[in-house]
Amino acid sequence: MNKEKYLEDLGEIRKIMGESTQFLSLSGISGVLVGIFALLGSAQVYYLIENHVGNYITLESTTFRYIVITAGVVLFLSVVTAFLFTYLKARKSSQQLWNAASKKLIINFLIPLLTGGCFSILLINQQVYGLIGSVTLIFYGLACINASKYTLRDIRYLGLIQVVLGLLSMAVPGYSLYFWALGFGVFHIIYGFIMYFKYDKK
Amino acid sequence: MKEILNSINKVFDHRIRLAIMSALMVNEFMDFSSLKELLGVTDGNLASHIKALESELFIEVEKQFIDKKPNTRYRVTKEGQVAFHKHIDALEKLINSK
Repeated sequence: MNKEKYLEDLGEIRKIMGESTQFLSLSGISGVLVGIFALLGSAQVYYLIENHVGNYITLESTTFRYIVITAGVVLFLSVVTAFLFTYLKARKSSQQLWNAASKKLIINFLIPLLTGGCFSILLINQQVYGLIGSVTLIFYGLACINASKYTLRDIRYLGLIQVVLGLLSMAVPGYSLYFWALGFGVFHIIYGFIMYFKYDKK
Repeated sequence: MKEILNSINKVFDHRIRLAIMSALMVNEFMDFSSLKELLGVTDGNLASHIKALESELFIEVEKQFIDKKPNTRYRVTKEGQVAFHKHIDALEKLINSK
């Protein structure tokens, strides 16, 4: 019988199953840039804390306000960069930016991430500041792991590393800014370069 | 051999129908425009193949309104899943047989 045709059929089935559930246009370069933003942000926060006058950083202090502004700027730049580079890559590979797969990717990424965001805000309300670094790392890591089912699997390892760093940061109090810079900064850059050389540079 | 050929489902013996089933097997549901975009086929072509699968009761249609716009989405039925698995098994056996 027509074996060739059946083999092609199976290939087609695999391709459609992959394409309809996986969004492949996440950009490696944006990972590197996001990592750099995180490192610059961490350096700025370090500088702010070092130069803080007084024993404690209270919610009303200008130092706290500057830290929040820094975090906001880093977050904003990261989201815009990730979106822009992903848009460009999707256009280049003629994959739709907003399709069934990318919707699933975003929704499943956002569920743990927003949970972590709300949790962090509640911690601030309860005046438990020491855990924010760990909590953001852990929930971001879980968001990556959850999203990994809908894109290239590599992001799963990034997520696992963030979760481990988050737990370590809780185990070794007082160094949370360093763990944060390592997770969001250094490992984003490493991940971005790996993705770039593995998939983008062709 | 003949037995295997009998379990090759004639309904699936068409690339677009096979693709529709593949997409619906791994997605809880998909709407018309997403399917169209994924498979790169025309409205009429997609509609006729969907109708064929629907009349075999392999997929079911769900009509609803999102922001007052009609939205039609499809999901695979239990029968459809069983038939699709049988079809894949048969394809594998055919390929492995000498």
